[in-house]
Amino acid sequence: MKRLILIFALIASPLFAVQPDEVLEDPVLEQRARDLSTGLRCLVCRNESIDESNAELARDLRLLLRERLVAGDTDEEAVDFIVDRYGEYVLLKPTVTGANLMLWLAGPIMLLIAAVIGWSFLRNRSQAVGTEVKDGLSEAEKERLRQILDD
Amino acid sequence: MVLVTQQDYIRGMITELGHFALILAFLVAIVQSIVPLIGAAKRWVGWMGVAEPAAIVQFLLVSFSFGALVWAFVTSDFSLRVVVENSHSAKPMLYKISGTWGNHEGSMLLWVLIVSLFGAMAAFFGGGLPPTLKARVLSVQSMIAVAFFAFILFTSNPFDRLIVAPFDGRDLNPLLQDPGLAFHPPFLYLGYVGLSMAFSFAVAALIEGRVDAAWGRWVRPWTLAAWIFLTIGIALGSWWAYYELGWGGFWFWDPVENASFMPWLLAAALLHSAIVVEKREALKSWTILLAIIAFGFSLIGTFIVRSGLLTSVHAFANDPERGVFILIILVLFIGGALTLFAARAQAMEAKGVFSVVSRESALILNNILLAVSCFVVFFGTMWPMVAEMAFDRKLSVGAPFFNAAFTPFMVALGIALPIGSMLPWKRGKLGKTAYSLRYVFILSVALALLVWVMQTGRSALGPIGLFLGAWITLGAAVDLWSRTGRKGSIQRLFRLPGADWGKAVAHTGLGVTIFAIAGLTAWEVEDIRVAQPGQPFEVGQFTLTLENVRDVQGPNYFSTTADVQVEKSGRSMGTLHPEKRNYPVARMPTTEAAIDYRFWGDLYVVIGDQQADGGWVMRTYIKPLANWIWGGCILMALGGLLSLTDRRFRVAAGARKAPSSGVPAE
Repeated sequence: MKRLILIFALIASPLFAVQPDEVLEDPVLEQRARDLSTGLRCLVCRNESIDESNAELARDLRLLLRERLVAGDTDEEAVDFIVDRYGEYVLLKPTVTGANLMLWLAGPIMLLIAAVIGWSFLRNRSQAVGTEVKDGLSEAEKERLRQILDD
Repeated sequence: MVLVTQQDYIRGMITELGHFALILAFLVAIVQSIVPLIGAAKRWVGWMGVAEPAAIVQFLLVSFSFGALVWAFVTSDFSLRVVVENSHSAKPMLYKISGTWGNHEGSMLLWVLIVSLFGAMAAFFGGGLPPTLKARVLSVQSMIAVAFFAFILFTSNPFDRLIVAPFDGRDLNPLLQDPGLAFHPPFLYLGYVGLSMAFSFAVAALIEGRVDAAWGRWVRPWTLAAWIFLTIGIALGSWWAYYELGWGGFWFWDPVENASFMPWLLAAALLHSAIVVEKREALKSWTILLAIIAFGFSLIGTFIVRSGLLTSVHAFANDPERGVFILIILVLFIGGALTLFAARAQAMEAKGVFSVVSRESALILNNILLAVSCFVVFFGTMWPMVAEMAFDRKLSVGAPFFNAAFTPFMVALGIALPIGSMLPWKRGKLGKTAYSLRYVFILSVALALLVWVMQTGRSALGPIGLFLGAWITLGAAVDLWSRTGRKGSIQRLFRLPGADWGKAVAHTGLGVTIFAIAGLTAWEVEDIRVAQPGQPFEVGQFTLTLENVRDVQGPNYFSTTADVQVEKSGRSMGTLHPEKRNYPVARMPTTEAAIDYRFWGDLYVVIGDQQADGGWVMRTYIKPLANWIWGGCILMALGGLLSLTDRRFRVAAGARKAPSSGVPAE
């Protein structure tokens, strides 16, 4: 709900993301620019990519990105160029370096831990299946059965 | 100047009474959280008996208080600070009412109203509960209420007065002036707070030291209800974003969205594990833990929204002092409950035994995937803060991360779901179950391959989504049919219990939503251009013509409205009216997209600025399967509702004496 407030609250000018005059002639280059834009953060907005944002700064970044692509940069070079100027804060997808490894590995490690616990629990339970089958009935059940038979 | 009319006097009285009722409710809640707890420990029937009437009185008092606040908004009582800051006399009536909870103070009052509502409902419907358990549940529920009453009265009192009342208010944020606000937050809160019931049952059971099949049967309807509300609330919010934001985004992985999504994932896990407790008396301590953590995430969600600790586009009315208060509530409740859990969990011996391949183990897999995916969302949401504090790195974690890290869990869940949901209890054979799904598998793969060939060269996302969607929905149908016995019959199909239908419908909904999200992401068409009035242009199969742009005045805004003629293969499809609005009081522009909702996909048109050459910037999207996303959510909620109507819950609720043995495993 409150997302809606700030998206526009921060931006006084009623601009739109990706203006017609920004679009590159070459559709392949344009597609690359769009794909890269969705991974770059609009710095003055809250949690929006420059592809979605209406802010003036986002437009500047989109134009800068397209300039680099037209100049012949690879995707990586173009993104590095922007990261060099604005810091890793612009990356919506954090790099897999240093402490960020924790972020990327958190899920898989947790899954592994959960799987090990789950598996050992299952083994435990299924061994109990064996004993249950051997005994057939529990003591209480045997007692109950005897009562029924006695009656 | 000071001319107090009789109307003013009555209005002031009602507001004061509302404030007074709130304080009174706070006091009642304190009594309700202490007396029944002691009563249950000492087996004093009279003391335990306090819980029931107290819960109902508490609810009535908060309702009155909430009603008084609504009344203040409706009559534009500008002596109240919240009304001045969030309302305006010219605002349409619907938004005056919904504006009551469109701000921090009012929304917290709504929150505590719902806490009390659930308490009162537990008192009302809880006839079948053993008296001690019931007293303890109501007591714990009331403790939560006490914490939030204190929070409201000491940090965010909606009944704060201004010494000098201004003549008019500052208006509600225009983006919130939408029917969406009337329904999205209440549903979300019903969901968040509904989990408090599961929490109260868990803590009460820990105090009681007893968890059995009956407990599983009592706790499941509450969890189910909370999950249904969360599903609807999240879907409404997502739909609202879709039509209001002007480019049709429906999910942003924003911290505040994640705050509602995490409890949803855990509630989904909880309502599945509660089935195992109910039917097989296994997974008891895990289910209790899950209930505690699920409500914990509701509190974390509140904390995230209110504290402003995480930068979010939702950030509204945040305040560090309030954040700290909620953090204390979180630590007290979750810390306390976990301590209790650590002390008592040993006592809950598992009874049911089952083999590695069984319905039980499939539900464990479901729980692992849901809980770990929730953990991933949590980690990603908190990481920017952790990285900044611990490693001095200022970084962002946005949608691309979550899409990459979260999606695999949902894919795994989707693949396992049809097989897992058909495995028999106790002991199953993987091959046998897989065999019964062979046609579904072949058909799903064939459909995906067909689309793969037809869409030549586009991402694999669409076909994968289609495979998962078909696999889950058709699998659910086969599962339902198989429940009718060896010789399936239509008659038997309709006589199946609500739980079976609920399961099939909810799983179908999940399949539909997965397919729709993948399809929309993969097959969206976008067109950005400067449109000249009168000159048609083509987007996909549609021909659009910007016919006219005119100025229109609304009740509290000015609008630039366009008339866009739409044709499809020579046939007129009508006229769309995208708008740009400007709200002078709030001084904020908004875009109102015009959407032609269609079965296979929406046509989404947005008007921008006029260019020097007289043309207008227009953005047109074709959003394939957009409606299916929310259609799937509706199916999920409907499935939950069907499950809720299952006879055994009514039997459980109405029975005076709880059956001590579990429901026979089918």
